[in-house]
Amino acid sequence: MISPANILADIADYMPFMKRPAPRFISESGNRIYGIVAEYADPHAVTVAAEQFRDAGYTRWDVYSPFPIHGMEGHMGIKRTILPVAAFGAAVTGVLAALALQYFTNDIDYQFVVQGKPTNAWEPFIPVTFELGVLLTAFTCIGGMLMLNGLPRWNHPLFSSERFLKVSDDRLIIAVEAADANFDPDATRRLLEESGGTNIELIEDDD
Amino acid sequence: MSSIHPDQITAERLAGLRDAPGDYVGPAGGADGSLIEDPAVRAPLVLNDRSFAEVTETVCSYAECGPPKAWLGLITITSLIAAVGTGMILYLIITGVGVWGLNNQVDWAWDITNFVFWIGIGHAGTLISAILCLLKQKWRTAVNRSAEAMTIFAVVCAGIFPGIHVGRVWFAWMLFPIPNSNGIWPNFRSPLLWDVFAVSTYATVSLLFWYMGMIPDLATLRDRAHLRMLQGRERRLTLPMPVGKDIVLPFVPSAERVAAYIYGFLALGWRFSSRHWHRYEAAYLILAGISTPLVLSVHSIVSFDFATSILPGWHTTIFPPYFVAGAVFGGFAMVLFLLIPCRQVMPGFKDLLTLRHLENMAKILLLTGMMVGFAYSMEFFIAWYGGNEFEWSVFINNRANPAEAPYWWAYWTMIGCNVLSPQIFWFRKLRQNPLAIWIVAGFVTVGMWFERFVIIVTSLHRAFLPGEWHMFFPTWVDILTFVGSCGIFATLFLLFLKYLPVFAMAELKAVMPQADPHGGGHGHDPVASVAGGASAGGASASKGVGP
Repeated sequence: MISPANILADIADYMPFMKRPAPRFISESGNRIYGIVAEYADPHAVTVAAEQFRDAGYTRWDVYSPFPIHGMEGHMGIKRTILPVAAFGAAVTGVLAALALQYFTNDIDYQFVVQGKPTNAWEPFIPVTFELGVLLTAFTCIGGMLMLNGLPRWNHPLFSSERFLKVSDDRLIIAVEAADANFDPDATRRLLEESGGTNIELIEDDD
Repeated sequence: MSSIHPDQITAERLAGLRDAPGDYVGPAGGADGSLIEDPAVRAPLVLNDRSFAEVTETVCSYAECGPPKAWLGLITITSLIAAVGTGMILYLIITGVGVWGLNNQVDWAWDITNFVFWIGIGHAGTLISAILCLLKQKWRTAVNRSAEAMTIFAVVCAGIFPGIHVGRVWFAWMLFPIPNSNGIWPNFRSPLLWDVFAVSTYATVSLLFWYMGMIPDLATLRDRAHLRMLQGRERRLTLPMPVGKDIVLPFVPSAERVAAYIYGFLALGWRFSSRHWHRYEAAYLILAGISTPLVLSVHSIVSFDFATSILPGWHTTIFPPYFVAGAVFGGFAMVLFLLIPCRQVMPGFKDLLTLRHLENMAKILLLTGMMVGFAYSMEFFIAWYGGNEFEWSVFINNRANPAEAPYWWAYWTMIGCNVLSPQIFWFRKLRQNPLAIWIVAGFVTVGMWFERFVIIVTSLHRAFLPGEWHMFFPTWVDILTFVGSCGIFATLFLLFLKYLPVFAMAELKAVMPQADPHGGGHGHDPVASVAGGASAGGASASKGVGP
């Protein structure tokens, strides 16, 4: 039968790297397990719990909160993002591109004299150079932020949990992914309980 | 709160050894509890001890209910005005720029006045989001979303005028460096071309900034719509009727489904992950950093349109800072002019937009009003001190002297509205009174329009030869185009009030006391905060949107 899924499967037969690895854990209903989530009472509780997961050596886990919690990078052990470097690169590119554009069009390709002023003076080129530098930096900032975050991605296994949908209101949730090397259904659940998590829930990935 | 305060008087007062001064507003904090003057007590940014859920509810409920009758009535009126404005634009494009009152001498008048007026108004939003973010002014979280929205709508209105005043609009693409069959390029040494780049960059970056700030709040609206669908609480879409019952529309998805799809699409799948928040805050800080010089550059470049000419009255080096101060002044006035009525009409907004916010903005009006007043007097002083008789003649014979200048009333309206009216904010009672602030904001908005009119028309209408002197009289098309642009602005703002999150919920929640991971604001014991600070490790690297 011809369907997008089947076509993809046929292509993946020739390109093994396209296949998702076999699930390590399967739920009772036979679906791949995405991970386990637990709810925490307040920002203090979730920071303390985050430190426990960081120290236990988990790598594929996350704290979900309706607002950025102050200092969470340190509690979770998140490395600094490279976004500022990308933004700087974009600024330099924008500036150079703007200078190239202006020198090429007004000094090299088609010279014309206005008020007897030199065609190759740098001063009048500053405003456009600045603006294009800012423009490219802004696009890189937002585009880079979304790209590094893996967005846009409109669906996600976590959205299947009704409890998770309340994170955007006032809930604090820690989710540990089954793809984490340290993940163990029982041990991870125990750690979530010990760190103060409540309403622990198994999330399936029904792709 | 410790009794060892660096300020001796405050320390004594906190220890109960000294009474408060006469008009001191104590810990009770005035009318709504936000006007605490005591430097040792932090004024609450959200009143009545609201929980996160209550903030979400207050902000989202407006976007989720059906359109109220009053809102429908208002938007009907404003969109009719906007339609008239659009009709005027079409009439101008079809007929030519001659439908305006421009003449050989006054070849820029209401069109460029309106352009500079609107683009100036468009400065408050980015100023609040960018500069106040860098200065860590937490109170900005209550006003930044609506101010940014106002910025974008004002830039939309501003963009209309230079777009249509050039005459043959279908050649407007020649402003951009696009290769063409004539083999010529735009002149990058012209301030008018700088203007094209500055305004279009500003519009784009403001839009990106606004949208990026809104992604988490759009995700909140998406999740709430999704939850209502799961709980079976769906509302049918109806066709509102002016009288009688609304007509339920058949064969269309429920309001919740439409909301979940539209907000969901716009939210880009945001899921409030801390790893995402980390990059988000970094991106937000960089955007704030680059928007700060950007917002200063835009009105500087707009002022170059005038300052680089050799026309007396325009040819002044004070123009860039003077224009920027005026833009901030006019922008804040418009923010206050729009938000004070919203605060009165929409219940729950008073908890988020407190008297303290209004007072802070009134202080900014007072400050920038005096900067503008200083610029007016300095311009006048230099016209005399510079010894240029043409410059002096523009100021005396074209503007200030009622016996000589036909436009003296415009000049003195400008002085009265912009310099004198904000002076009432020296009185605490008046700068804490929403009605007084609203009236002054209205005066300032009028005054800032007259400022641009004075700069443009009074400088142009009398050239070096008296034989070239012409007055400017607006035609009905001039007037209706400007009124129409106000209609476009009001319509867009009303749509924003109804369908988008009017407050930055995620940022508001982050500055509420219960969001503090180190024990929630009260009873901040030093041991816990030291431990928290140490374990945070790279806490200095955490780029705070809020705290």
